[in-house]
Parts: sequence; structure tokens; C-alpha cells
Amino acid sequence: MSASTAPLAAGPGTPIPRPPDPYRLGRNPGGESPATGHGSGGPAPTAIVVSYGFWIFILADVITFSTLFAAFAVLKDATAGGPAAADLVDRGTLALETACLLLSSFTCGLATVAMRVRNRFWFQVAMLATVVLGAGFLVLEAREFAGLVAQGAGPTRSAFLSAFFTLVGCHGVHVTAGLLWALTMMAQVAAKGFRDDVVRRTSCWSLFWHALDIIWVGVFTVAYLMGVSA
Amino acid sequence: MSPVPQAAAGQAGEGHRSGDAAPGDQGQAGEGVAAAIRSYLVGLALAALLTAVSFWLSYTHVIYGPVVNVALIVLAIAQIGIHLVFFLHLTTAPDHINNALALAFGILVVVLLIGGTVWIMGHMNANMMPTGGTMPLTPGSGMHH
Repeated sequence: MSASTAPLAAGPGTPIPRPPDPYRLGRNPGGESPATGHGSGGPAPTAIVVSYGFWIFILADVITFSTLFAAFAVLKDATAGGPAAADLVDRGTLALETACLLLSSFTCGLATVAMRVRNRFWFQVAMLATVVLGAGFLVLEAREFAGLVAQGAGPTRSAFLSAFFTLVGCHGVHVTAGLLWALTMMAQVAAKGFRDDVVRRTSCWSLFWHALDIIWVGVFTVAYLMGVSA
Repeated sequence: MSPVPQAAAGQAGEGHRSGDAAPGDQGQAGEGVAAAIRSYLVGLALAALLTAVSFWLSYTHVIYGPVVNVALIVLAIAQIGIHLVFFLHLTTAPDHINNALALAFGILVVVLLIGGTVWIMGHMNANMMPTGGTMPLTPGSGMHH
């Protein structure tokens, strides 16, 4: 390799010709870039950094859930002579729970649209709808769990039911946390308005809430419907 | 695809001043409220449709029984894709490359974890649990039968 073409040997200020890279990977491909977060443009704005960090957290949380899914998949037939999924699933309750969560994910999206145009009234309306639907989901799930325990199908009955309650219950705990967070954001927007930090927190909350619905798609498919159809 | 000018990603709003978009960002700031709501409506309709098909498949016998679970998994993956595109507005555009790469890595770990667990535990179950239900305690009895 001749010294004149080695990048390290190029003198300062000598532009190194490179093919244009639409993804702008690496440092300064194709020249100085004014875009932030890509080298010479300086760090990315806080909104990007915060959302990206929370995105990484959500993916880690999804990986946590995947261990519970794996445990459920292994233990789903270990009923120890007790009831199996097909004996326990109430499709009506499941459909209502799913509808509540899907609609709340939709109203959560509407809340972020209202936040984008800084409309406090519609933001609070959409958030309230999200909270009501989320609370409805939790009530339905609590009644379902109480019913299972009452008929002797509690988490101590078999390995299958332990895995079932752990997976579904962990999701329920996340929904509870998301509800408290949603109420907090409603209060903060009411008290402080759409300040930059409040907007960032609400964006993270909306990512969290959408992720919960994505996890629920896996839960109702794996823990409920696949057990019924088997 | 022609090269994107370096400054093309810079738009109004805190989330669009840089070359990257935050996960969950609703596209470019020029888009109106109606377009944003329409995206959520399309996502809601598609997700509801896929959910309904999943529920329906789980108790009809329209398709061959043993493949129902495979169909349910495919429908769930499709619905997760719908959620990612229409609710989280994830794209493969250059401004989303960080988000998409992080997601790809997450999917890789999830697939390895679930797939590996089911694979290994399935083999252990098949090799160590005779149909009688109790495990013989003689050494090595699980290896040949």
C-alpha cells in the first residue's frame, strides 16, 4: 500500500474521496456534517439521547420478558395433574383485556399527537382515556386471577400455573407502573405545562406504554390462545 | 436511492434538529395532526384485525390443527410489526438506524433465548423422561432407550 493513499498518511486538510453514504455511518463520511450525534456536529439533543436510552431500557425489558416466555414454553405441559390452559382460558375476558390494552395504546398515541401540537386539553383527555382503559385491563386481570385462585388453579398448583402467573403477573405489574407514570405525567403537564423535560418524560412513558401492548400480543398468543388450540 | 443531503434531516422541533430521530417520533415535523392520527388509526385497524383473526383461528378448525400454533405465532409477529411501524413509527431510514440496530440486537437476543431454551429443554425432555413419567435412577439410562 503506497503511503499516498493510506488515510493516516494524508496531510491535514486533504479530503479523502469516499463514496456517498446515505446512512452516514462513522465519522464525517463525505465531508463535515452539521447533523448532531455524528461526529463534528456535536452531541445529539437531549430529547434524542433520552429517548434512545429509554429505547435501550425497553429492549432490555423485552429480553427479561423473553426469559419468562421461555420458562412458560418449557413448563406449559407440566400441569402436575391439575388444570391445563384449555380448561382455564375465558376467551371473553381475554378479548376484553386485549381490546382495553390495544385501545389504550391508540389513545396513548393520540396523547403524543396532542403533546406535539401543545394542546393541553386534548392531551389530558387522551391521557385520561388511556388511564381508564389501562385500569379496566387491570381490573379484568385481577378478577381473572382471583377466579383462578378460587377454583384451585393458583400459582402453587403446578409448574405450568407458576409460569403462567409469573409471565402474566409481570406484565400486569408493568401496566400498574405505567398507569402510575401516566397519572404523574398528567399532573406534571397540568402543573408545569409542556416544558422540555416534561415532554421528554412523556415521550418515554409513551414508548413504555406501546411496548407493554407489544408484550401483551405475545402474552395472549403464547400463554392463552396457543394453550386453547393445542 | 440518491444520497441524502447532510442537512436534509434538520427540521423544526427539538427532536428533529439532528441527523437522528428519537424512537416514537411521528415522522417529519411538517406532517400535520391529521396525518399523525391517520397513522394511529391505520395501526389500530390492522392490529384489531390481526387480533380478531388470532382469536378466531384458536377455536375454529378451518386450518389443519397442528399448524394452528404456527399460524398464531406468525400473526403475533405480524401484529408486533404493525405496532412498531404505526405506533412507534420505526423505519429503516437513515435517521432511525440507531433505533433499528438496537431493536435488531434485541430481537437477536430474544430469538437466541427463547429458541435455545425450547430447543435444549425439548431435547432434555425427550431424552430423560420415558413415557412412564418417572425418571429411572440408574446411571446413563437416559442415554439409550
